[in-house]
Amino acid sequence: MGDSPLSRRTFLSAAGAAGIAGLTAPLLSACGSSGPSGGGGGGKKTLQVWALQDDGQNPIQQAALDDFNKSSATKLKLVPIPDSGGSTYPDKLRIGMGSPNPPDLFFNWGTGSIQDYAQSGRLVDLTPQLTSDTAWKNSFLPSVLDAGKAADGKYYGIPMRGMQPVLLFYNKTLFTQHGQKPPTTYDDLLNLVTYWNSQKIQPFALGHLDAWPDLMWLEYLVERLGGPTVFADILAGKPNAWSNPVVLDALHRIVDLVDRKAFGTNFASVNYVNDGAGVLFAKGKAAMHLMGTWEYSNQVDKHVKFAKNDLAFAPFPTISGGKGDPNSVVGNPTNYFSISSKSKDVNAALAFLKKEMGSPMYIDKLIKAGDVPAATGLEARLSASPNPEFSKYVYQMVQKAPSFTLSWDQALPHVFTDPLHSNLQKVFLKKMTPEQFVQTLGAVK
Amino acid sequence: MTAVASTRRGGRATDAGRGSDQASRPGALWVLPAALFFGVFAGIPLLLTAVLSFTQWNGLGTPAFNGLHNWRHVLSDGAVWDSLRVSLVFMVLCWVVQTPLALLIGVWAAGRELNRAVLSSIFFLPLLMSTAAIAITWRVLLDPNFGLAATIGPYIGFPDGNIAGDQHGAVAAVVVVVAWQFVPFHALLYQGAARQIPKMLYDAALIDGATRFQQFWKITLPQLRNTIVTSSVLMLVGSLTYFETILIVTDGGPGTATMVLPQRMYISAFQSFQMGYASVIALVLAALGTALSMLIVRFSGFGKMRSTLEGI
Repeated sequence: MGDSPLSRRTFLSAAGAAGIAGLTAPLLSACGSSGPSGGGGGGKKTLQVWALQDDGQNPIQQAALDDFNKSSATKLKLVPIPDSGGSTYPDKLRIGMGSPNPPDLFFNWGTGSIQDYAQSGRLVDLTPQLTSDTAWKNSFLPSVLDAGKAADGKYYGIPMRGMQPVLLFYNKTLFTQHGQKPPTTYDDLLNLVTYWNSQKIQPFALGHLDAWPDLMWLEYLVERLGGPTVFADILAGKPNAWSNPVVLDALHRIVDLVDRKAFGTNFASVNYVNDGAGVLFAKGKAAMHLMGTWEYSNQVDKHVKFAKNDLAFAPFPTISGGKGDPNSVVGNPTNYFSISSKSKDVNAALAFLKKEMGSPMYIDKLIKAGDVPAATGLEARLSASPNPEFSKYVYQMVQKAPSFTLSWDQALPHVFTDPLHSNLQKVFLKKMTPEQFVQTLGAVK
Repeated sequence: MTAVASTRRGGRATDAGRGSDQASRPGALWVLPAALFFGVFAGIPLLLTAVLSFTQWNGLGTPAFNGLHNWRHVLSDGAVWDSLRVSLVFMVLCWVVQTPLALLIGVWAAGRELNRAVLSSIFFLPLLMSTAAIAITWRVLLDPNFGLAATIGPYIGFPDGNIAGDQHGAVAAVVVVVAWQFVPFHALLYQGAARQIPKMLYDAALIDGATRFQQFWKITLPQLRNTIVTSSVLMLVGSLTYFETILIVTDGGPGTATMVLPQRMYISAFQSFQMGYASVIALVLAALGTALSMLIVRFSGFGKMRSTLEGI
């Protein structure tokens, strides 16, 4: 899943895709060799640093680069890459990485997004550096650092922005008015579904039309029922990992929730990206919303009053008999910077990551922008956040989480993205049984 | 009149066949710019796509030849067949919905009255809008709780506004959006063509006591035949390869109910990064589109380039 609703690749990129129709589409990336060139010839080198174009984030990254460039012979140059205008950021990165002049340092989502690059030896393995420099390693929250590992278990990325776990948002005013409490167990959740439906209020908002919001339900149910190993097995490509009874149980619970009208009757037409689900929730027509932390900033931006007076948050409930740790979280741990092994100056790139990514200046700028960085020891400094209460909550939530499972569609190799999205949608729509789902996903290769 | 016309047409076609016109034909050099353009932007990419279809390539490194693997896979890939079915349904529906609308609006707009000019310029506005803007607008309109779908849904069989989430509703919605976007273009074609029809034909019909409907049926429609063929080819081949609007409005959903073949190709190429496989789908699309336009041209007699004005 993307880093914020705005930069989600889903629809902005779709706009870009408009230009690609036609039979020549697969060839566009064959022209990759004409990507941005390395620049500075001669003695002085200039490294290209690719980051997702983002008005809030790019100045912070630029400040870190400026600070580093002051004392370095090799200069780093920020290249903001828009997630639109012909193709998505991952597309452009693919073209760049396939070219003779790949970006030296680049923004990514960890695991699945870098899998092909790691596998083909295009990335610098950061494991030795992190192992030898424990102080550096310890400056990041371990669950977040680990969540970005590639499938081979090595570190290729350093956290470079805020954490985005998925939480259960609820309308506290509505809950107080009705004398209800947010669910702590799955049974509570089912009771609330019945209760809110009896009050003609939709229990959960769900932006099903965008596909990935569905996935959060599966991710949390599997995590609570079976712990992080269930998905770790799937990620590792172990045989029959998809047909694990835990996955089936989770899917059956989803069907049960749909039958109980937990998401109302018309969730299939509701989008998230264009604020369909957000409005539903903000107007009090839905009582709860399972969503990533970006939902908070979304509501603060678009529904100021609701965010101020009614918006509250809780962890996903526990399931009795489930093996998962109640403190574990799923979502997008953070974004990472990785170094290309073809870089003209790997040492400079490495020095940059070491010096800047954990620096107080960089971290403070992230906090001021509303992010919750993945660095250790931030408790006090988070008061500087525009939403200190929420930031501290998220920070503590991740800090005490024994595991942080990366969104499945980000973690798994690219070939899984579409089958995962469209088939899970079919399960929600009851066009496909849980058994068919695990069978279909098990056959993807 | 018809009989006479066709005899004469036949006669002329034979004349041309004998080559009496050949002396005045332009030299091959004139073709060069167009041929170069076509070669660089269509011919060579098409060839490269064909080569790529026999390889495995994820966009990194060198494509590795894997023989007929991709082609075999496409035959057994249920998802591709399903997308092909959706594509064909979408294509036919687009034609069925757009052609009559475009024809009627175009013919109506061909009249010289001021109100027609004003209304048709308003009606042609969607032509000026960006595809993405149109699609995002419709996506919001289809919101079942706060969009247009919430208001009109109950009247058209969707009491909870769940149009985009319904298998048939979503297909219908996409067809409507695409029609809204493209009918103006085809109407423009018909408007231009209808204005070319000599007024004397209508005058003669009027003298013979033909009704408006008869005039339309016996004069306008036959005179527009070539335009109908052109518009149909554009429409059918266009909707076969079109997916931008679908990608934004429904993203192929619910499930894969609106997942047309071009979107499947796009996903294979730029989401799954299976460039070889995507090339196979691209070639299938290219072959289908070419076959389709050739068939239409062949069976409509369009290829003979007979003028509909002959015989006057």
